[in-house]
Amino acid sequence: MQTLLDIIGGILLVSGTTFLMLGGLGLVRMPDIFNRIQAGTKATTLGTLLTLAGIGFMHPEWSVKLLLIGLFLLFTNPLSSHVLARSAERSGVDKTPKTRIDAFAEDHGDPS
Amino acid sequence: MVDMLIYLAAALAGIAFLMALYRFVKGPLAYDRVIAFDVMTIITITCIIMTAMITGRGIYLDVALVYALLSFMGVIVIARYLERSS
Amino acid sequence: MIESMKAGTMTSERDSAKLFASLLIFWIMLNGTLAIDTLIIGVLACLAITYFFRDSLSYLTDFKMTPQAFVAAIKYFFFFLKELVVSNVRIARIVISPDLPINPGIVKVRTKLTSPMGRLLLANSITLTPGTLTVEIEDEWYYIHWVTADATDIEAATNKIVAGFECHLEVMYG
Repeated sequence: MQTLLDIIGGILLVSGTTFLMLGGLGLVRMPDIFNRIQAGTKATTLGTLLTLAGIGFMHPEWSVKLLLIGLFLLFTNPLSSHVLARSAERSGVDKTPKTRIDAFAEDHGDPS
Repeated sequence: MVDMLIYLAAALAGIAFLMALYRFVKGPLAYDRVIAFDVMTIITITCIIMTAMITGRGIYLDVALVYALLSFMGVIVIARYLERSS
Repeated sequence: MIESMKAGTMTSERDSAKLFASLLIFWIMLNGTLAIDTLIIGVLACLAITYFFRDSLSYLTDFKMTPQAFVAAIKYFFFFLKELVVSNVRIARIVISPDLPINPGIVKVRTKLTSPMGRLLLANSITLTPGTLTVEIEDEWYYIHWVTADATDIEAATNKIVAGFECHLEVMYG
């Protein structure tokens, strides 16, 4: 029983860190700031949640505190990426030439 | 079996950290560095919790929680500062 | 975002009680015990925080205490988890593919929600599902950065991004 839980936990752990690695890869490959925020911070959020779940399977006595860390990340991560994106948009950071539409700049004039 | 999975997970987290570090060094803008810093923080939280699991000491979970709190504050403060200074 | 939230904030005893309750639950989860001395410290600290920050929002501020709202909250949570996983896999596929098939753009969408807390949760949910990122909120208008912007007009983008979360949040917060 214990080993079965450990193996489920280990598989969750590996899938979580795979998402962490994909987030890092996105951070390296994406062309501009907004896409980097998207690829970087979101993939790592899911990666961390999966890792927390995996460790929860391995150490069930820690699950309340792990749940607390997970909820905390779930509530703070979107806020920090939103604040960063807003600050980048307001200070007129250049976007990749692939960008199709920019409704914000249309409504507010070009900030740069 | 489980040991192998844990080693694999630690290696993947290390690769992720190196890629975030590449973006942190390369830039080119301050915003890119802040994002890379944010991602590195999240990876570090994962690593702290994995350390807690490997050593079996639950006190590291509190360290991870406080680290998450402080880094969140840090990113918000830096973002406000960058917005004002430009 | 902060500015638009303050306008709808109402100070009332009920909101303070909800804030106190959520703080105390957080404290008990953090400590993991129900020992009497930690409880007393927690109650004192939570009372002080509730007194000094009684104008601020907590996740229960505008929550409607009806059975339908609780059911909607549970449904919303599972819908959100499903979206989180599905869209993460989609982004992962984009990152792995060699030619990086992105098509980014900032689109404008409109929400029907009126409560500030509902709007905040909607913005957070949009940000946490990869592929969409809330850049700016102005009253009922959201500016959203979208990695694969398939629809550029307001109606279609609203249907694609917002509608799924909105129908649950509407029951929870109004």
